[in-house]
Amino acid sequence: MKIRHREMVAGMIFAAPCIAGFAVFFAVPFIISVFYCFTEGISAISFVGFDNFKGLLESVSFRLAAMNTLKFNLISVPFILLLSLAIALLLNSRLKYISIFKSLFILPLVIPVASIVLVWQILFGDYGAINGILNAFNIETVDWLNSSWSFFILVSLYVWKNCGYNIILFIAGLNSIPLDYYEAANIDGAGRLKRFLKITVPYLIPTGFFVFIISIINSFKVFREAYLLAGSYPHQDIYMLQHFMNNNFDNLNYQRLSTAAFLIVSLIVILVFFLFSFEERYGMNFRN
Amino acid sequence: MIVSRSKYKRVLQYILLLMLAAMLLFPIVLITANSFMDENEVISTYGMSGSDGTALDKDYAKIVFIPGKASLMQYYYALLREPTFLVMFWNSVILTAPIMLGQILVSSFGGYAFAKYRFPLRDQIFFLFIIVMLMPYQVTLVPNYILFNKMNMIGSYLAIILPGVFTTFGVFLLRQFIQGIPDEYSQAARVDGAGHLSIFFRVIMPQCKSGIASLAILSFVDNWNMVEQPLIFLRDSYKYPMSIFLSFINTSNPGIAFACGILYMLPAVLIFLYGEEYLIKGIQLSGIK
Repeated sequence: MKIRHREMVAGMIFAAPCIAGFAVFFAVPFIISVFYCFTEGISAISFVGFDNFKGLLESVSFRLAAMNTLKFNLISVPFILLLSLAIALLLNSRLKYISIFKSLFILPLVIPVASIVLVWQILFGDYGAINGILNAFNIETVDWLNSSWSFFILVSLYVWKNCGYNIILFIAGLNSIPLDYYEAANIDGAGRLKRFLKITVPYLIPTGFFVFIISIINSFKVFREAYLLAGSYPHQDIYMLQHFMNNNFDNLNYQRLSTAAFLIVSLIVILVFFLFSFEERYGMNFRN
Repeated sequence: MIVSRSKYKRVLQYILLLMLAAMLLFPIVLITANSFMDENEVISTYGMSGSDGTALDKDYAKIVFIPGKASLMQYYYALLREPTFLVMFWNSVILTAPIMLGQILVSSFGGYAFAKYRFPLRDQIFFLFIIVMLMPYQVTLVPNYILFNKMNMIGSYLAIILPGVFTTFGVFLLRQFIQGIPDEYSQAARVDGAGHLSIFFRVIMPQCKSGIASLAILSFVDNWNMVEQPLIFLRDSYKYPMSIFLSFINTSNPGIAFACGILYMLPAVLIFLYGEEYLIKGIQLSGIK
């Protein structure tokens, strides 16, 4: 009994720095910020119930930002999933030089977006290279970054940057499938397509599911790319929830910031819960 | 494994791979090649606006892979003639290094505790850590901002460094790693009379090297790129790190933009070349539930 108690104390001491830091910098101020959600005023604070939530949900800029973030999720996530799966399947072969290709595909992961965003501006700027080509053919030029195209330009930058991450996870998933299965299927006379559908796909579903969740979560973080591409006030099609929040830091609107943060936290928590319980319930069926 | 049997298929595979690689590498190659242009050629090729912000002769940008004449002028200006570049580079260093080191220290202890010890609320706290890890910066910056504003620390690097040290990702990653270390070694050491601290330093840490290397790389890549925190916490533009400086370089200093981009990505690329396997390992570890 005494030894177990000592074990517990030792564990708590090891965990103390990170838990204390977590409490001071994240947990406690977050609880304070939840309190702000229901108040108004700076010096004389009064409770206003759900007024802040109502105000936020009615605000045009918040709605725009939320819709854009949702749209970005819906378009970029399936696209990056399929692309990275395709590349992982291509890389998962015994071709010569394959490891060099692997490194090349992972490389963008470490390249700071700020140092290559210039290329996107050279291509898509008002006086960019693409408009140069259009102009040479007497086609009317487009100010790409200040048009609805900006959304897809942002998707391209996001995919460029994040694809490698998913590729790594998919390759790991592919490698974890026992080779015997393919050999056994081969002996049974299963064709390539059949092997892919009956072995690769079912065994890749847990990985695919994880990549799916991570991609959703990462697409909430696309602000960095959007900011570097187009600054604090970009074209309205790439005005994301994070722009909304970032710009509210400037005018120090605690109530509004806290309320928006609270809503985003709740949304992500619900989403993650939903996805994981879905996986727990149906994940096994895919495999069997 | 699906082994391609026909030569035809193999060629097709290579062509696909080469096309994809060309697309992915295009931005990096273009920046690298153009970093060897001299300033005048940069401005004439890309029709970028001059330092006064007005374009003399707005011409469309051209994609040029081979500079007219190779020159190191951009590097010369960036490194020796243009103090802002070095200041911003140094800002990035003094923001990134303390976060990395602090995070490794805190996360090693924390990861060990969560992996190998039982204590009250352990799993609940760990669950909270994961939730926070998933949040976008703008969300976690709200509590940070409230705290640092109360403490009058907005504008100070500490407002970025301290929360950075305690980001929960490090604890999560090292916990995953340390869980994979078998208990036999620590039990043997315990039988020999080793205490908790000496087991941590003599048994766990030596086996944890590659996990720590993974965390170091992931933490470096993330913090070297930082954009969100400086925008919100720093008030003076001379305190900005490279990432923000580069985002307005093509209006402020277009002639040396490419060399600055290269110098900025260089540390990240070198670390990648040296530690690719740790990077991959780290990402795979974060994928194990």
